[in-house]
Amino acid sequence: MSTDVKTIPQAEHIAPEGVKLPVYMDNHATTPMDPRVLEEMLPYFMEKFGNAASRNHSFGWAGEEGVEIARERVAKLVGATTKEIIFTSGATESDNLAIKGVAEMYREKGNHIITAVTEHKAVLDTCKRLEKYGYRVTYLPVQKDGLVDLEELKRAMDDKTILVTIMWANNEIGVLQPVAEIGKLCRERGIIFHTDATQAVGKVPVDVNKNNIDVMSISAHKMYGPKGVGALYVRRKNPRVQISAIIDGGGHERGMRSGTLNVPGIVGLGKACAIASEEMAKEACHLAGLRNRLRDKIMGGLDEVYINGSMEHRLPGNLNISFAYVEGESLLMGINDIAVSSGSACTSATLEPSYVLKALGTGDDLAHSSIRFGIGRFNTEAEVDYVADRVVETVTRLRELSPLYEMAKEGVDLKSVKWAAE
Amino acid sequence: MAYSDKVLDHYSNPRNVGSLDKNSSEVGTGLVGAPECGDVMKLQIKVNPQTNVIEDAKFKTFGCGSAIASSSLATEWVKGKTVDEALQIKNTEIVKELSLPPVKIHCSVLAEDAIRAAIHDWKKKQDVAKPATVAAQ
Repeated sequence: MSTDVKTIPQAEHIAPEGVKLPVYMDNHATTPMDPRVLEEMLPYFMEKFGNAASRNHSFGWAGEEGVEIARERVAKLVGATTKEIIFTSGATESDNLAIKGVAEMYREKGNHIITAVTEHKAVLDTCKRLEKYGYRVTYLPVQKDGLVDLEELKRAMDDKTILVTIMWANNEIGVLQPVAEIGKLCRERGIIFHTDATQAVGKVPVDVNKNNIDVMSISAHKMYGPKGVGALYVRRKNPRVQISAIIDGGGHERGMRSGTLNVPGIVGLGKACAIASEEMAKEACHLAGLRNRLRDKIMGGLDEVYINGSMEHRLPGNLNISFAYVEGESLLMGINDIAVSSGSACTSATLEPSYVLKALGTGDDLAHSSIRFGIGRFNTEAEVDYVADRVVETVTRLRELSPLYEMAKEGVDLKSVKWAAE
Repeated sequence: MAYSDKVLDHYSNPRNVGSLDKNSSEVGTGLVGAPECGDVMKLQIKVNPQTNVIEDAKFKTFGCGSAIASSSLATEWVKGKTVDEALQIKNTEIVKELSLPPVKIHCSVLAEDAIRAAIHDWKKKQDVAKPATVAAQ
């Protein structure tokens, strides 16, 4: 029997009322700046251009004042004191400074570091470099839901362990690690606990004391602030944590991070934190509502879609779904008026499917089929509905084109097929 | 990644999507690639037993836009050709026609493999069919 499939040609899409195309739904990659942040930053480019380190004139004082207000705002959002906040160029630098800084400072005490396989490359590649310098690194696996197993973590700790670095919220699957429990285990053993909280700060409640955090990376551009600025929280007491600098120079930021301060950027980070302190609780409910609406609409319109990672322990704006039998990049092509990301190999520089999804035990086939939706402050219900409709329509179209979908519908067990792979 | 207009056209309006009866003696089926690698192509040809001309071709592809375009183009190209002519189609010609970037060359290789696999399958059927035909006479 022959079948002819009349695939619906991809039509030009007209935006429904209240939706401006393209729709941005990739808020884990970066967020647009909040206009209130920009407004706060603007004076610091022209009128208040002074170097915050210039102690002997009003230009310098104006810059320093802007920086110190920002420091208070960042500290307040995470429950820290101002002296514990070090400004950096972003979370990648913060991760490097935290891990390398602790490794060097505590080298006498031990050489063992524990991290997890689903960490961001800024953490993983930093750990890999330290391995070359004689450090020993344990890369913990994660469970099917993306969470670290605390028993496994305990077993990995030994008397040479100086640092545990586990992220707060994952950038691909939005899964929240049990940081308070991890911090407690570290505290009991005198091990320093660093967390990359890039995706978490401003999205979920972060308190460095309640969660037993010693060192924490913060980024501005994931929370509606500017790119190129971030911070590192370094605990000052109970216990006092010390880190070696990795950038040498004028001794800025109490010697931990030399370099003239990016005053407008820091002011922007401060304002972003101030807004988050005020609005986070309400915003989280709104985002979770939109996210669940998107999930329900997609799952209502399609069979064989799989959510990657825990739904319970998750950022409110994150949804990561695999659409079986459809390859991610071709799906992105079909929804080219919507900005999202895929875990497909074809969308990565390395031509490898997402290592995070692979770590969950998601097969390579489903990793290739994954899409990450990152819903943010400026997304609307109308946009969510539009995105859901377009995804359902495009997946349906591509499945008509998919030999795998056809075989699955015929009852072929795809796992038992001997593929003529290269 | 920026795609050429031809890739976009094949992606948006794929030619010859569908399936032929894989049990027919006139039909050859090629199934190449693997789901783990992110590309699977099924290409089928229907060959006139008298002339060896490929009279129909259909495909289905799981893969990126370039993989879909490469297999769609392959079905267009094999139609009307004899089996021997179709075997001459080179992946480099597909690369050229679709202006595929270097990272997508494997898609064209897979399309060439799919053509060969379909023809191989058809030839196998002919070898089996022939003695049977003789016996019937």
